[in-house]
Amino acid sequence: MDSQTRHERWIAFLMLLPSIILLAIFVYGFIAWTGLVSVSKWDGIAPDYNFVGLKNYQQLFLKAIGGVSALRFHIGLWNTFFFTIFFLFICLLIGLSLAILLDQKVKGEGIFRTIYLFPMAISFVVTGVVWQWIFAPGTESRPRGVNALFSTLGLENLKWGWYTDPTSIGPFHIALIPVIIAAAWQMIGYTMAMYLAGLRAIPDDLREAGNVDGATNFGVYRHIILPLLKPITFSALIVLGHISLKIFDLIYTMTGKGPAFATDVPGIFMFETTFQGNHYAQGAAISMIMLIMVAFVIIPYLIFSFRQEVEL
Amino acid sequence: MTTRFNPARFAVYFLLVLFALIFLIPVYVLLSSSFKTFAEVQDLSNMWGLPQGINLESFKAAWSGIPEKGLRGLAPNLANSFKLTIPATILSALLGSMNGYVLSKWKFRGSDVIFMLMLFGMFIPYQSVLVPLTITLSSIGLGGTLWGLILVHVIYGIPITTLIFRNYYAEVPNEMIEASRIDGAGFFGIYRHIMFPLSLPGFVVVIIWQFTNIWNEFLFAVTILQKPELQPITVALRNLSGSQIQEWNMIMAGAIIAAIPTLIVYIIMGRYFIRGLLAGSVKG
Repeated sequence: MDSQTRHERWIAFLMLLPSIILLAIFVYGFIAWTGLVSVSKWDGIAPDYNFVGLKNYQQLFLKAIGGVSALRFHIGLWNTFFFTIFFLFICLLIGLSLAILLDQKVKGEGIFRTIYLFPMAISFVVTGVVWQWIFAPGTESRPRGVNALFSTLGLENLKWGWYTDPTSIGPFHIALIPVIIAAAWQMIGYTMAMYLAGLRAIPDDLREAGNVDGATNFGVYRHIILPLLKPITFSALIVLGHISLKIFDLIYTMTGKGPAFATDVPGIFMFETTFQGNHYAQGAAISMIMLIMVAFVIIPYLIFSFRQEVEL
Repeated sequence: MTTRFNPARFAVYFLLVLFALIFLIPVYVLLSSSFKTFAEVQDLSNMWGLPQGINLESFKAAWSGIPEKGLRGLAPNLANSFKLTIPATILSALLGSMNGYVLSKWKFRGSDVIFMLMLFGMFIPYQSVLVPLTITLSSIGLGGTLWGLILVHVIYGIPITTLIFRNYYAEVPNEMIEASRIDGAGFFGIYRHIMFPLSLPGFVVVIIWQFTNIWNEFLFAVTILQKPELQPITVALRNLSGSQIQEWNMIMAGAIIAAIPTLIVYIIMGRYFIRGLLAGSVKG
């Protein structure tokens, strides 16, 4: 605005300055600091900033050098990959389906919406505790959780070890399945809310135009509405994707690293190696890799969002 | 419109009800297990069954602990969660409001870039700042304290609270501000007389969002607060469930106690909760 004086502009900037400084230190400064630790020799309680180059990264990526660390990290990356793929697919598919169902002018929409979305209001820790109970396998003679349910129903051959089963199909650990279900339970409502907001933003004329042209209800969704929801799918992919790349609380509470790292992810590895093993440099290297993975998704998204805003 | 049976409508309601029931399974588990006695939860054949009656023994155990088994109660941790969440929420809302005001109505050259750099802070995996953070907190005398954790939540809350307020204030017409300038209002006058009074819905959204997130947060809390008596309820609950105890009724009661404050906020203020949720995903 033109009437702003120079003096006032300075005041405005000064009011923002504390936040800028705090974030400059606590986000960017600390990331740089962690980066420094990740190329240091720090392996024990006392800090040791002697430079070792990329050794800590090599120990994570190269099995010949890193041994169990590399094995664990590889499994963690694969687990993150499969977790992300299935988690995103389930959230988007069921979230969109629920949003479309709720968009059919149903009675009691508010109640359904409240039920689907309430998991978003509770902690991943609570979710982890409950789903740990549900999928705890128990023993052959004393089955627990879902296995107990299968026993009661006479479906004995459906019983398996759930998150305690170390089996993997190729690089996919089946112990991840219960974890994916728990995570999806928590985040489907969020995806639904995003899609529902998108559907409500589509003007009725557009749908009616489709109906007048003789399109079936299905046709209207297929050819008119779904294409308009693409930006929402994009946002949902980014938001859910970056959450799943750094997932920690839920898995740490529900299963931990699992048998033979079956449910391990880099977040858990970093936490345990740093704060329980005092391998600070290794923990720093893991967290830098997590940061790079998230940045890969988020930075283009931020830039894209801002470009769009400028055009508007 | 006819009222006769319509298969398509029936399918819609059938699916909605089916999904609702699936979503409520964990709620059933929480409630039915927590109302059972310790003897009842040990009977695995009836683990999915209803409790014999409404027994509150487990809530008492979760609240004050079972000293003879060395299990701590969650009541002090619940109090810690409030002591942590309330000041952190209020401080970060105030800070976000001021930042949003500057970044929407007092833009300067480079302010959008600064805003974008600020926003990045809400997406980072916090693992990548944890070690420097604990070192820094200790060096300023806040290591292992609730105030240290409050400071952390205020700082890492800046991006989201700024984002919500910035988008909210962007809707305030510039004409209103110009009119007030003609009346002689300056930077603070406009904030106090125009922006702040209009901000109530914005504050509700931000406060609900921050309250929920800080209440539910785990990683910062478990890293910064080592002493069990200082930990918030999420950390205490995880320690309880991770300790291989058999008292599932107590754990479930504890989970309910941990979930209730944010659930109440959600049920009463759901509309604002959803707005916060969507604000976190739609940038710019």
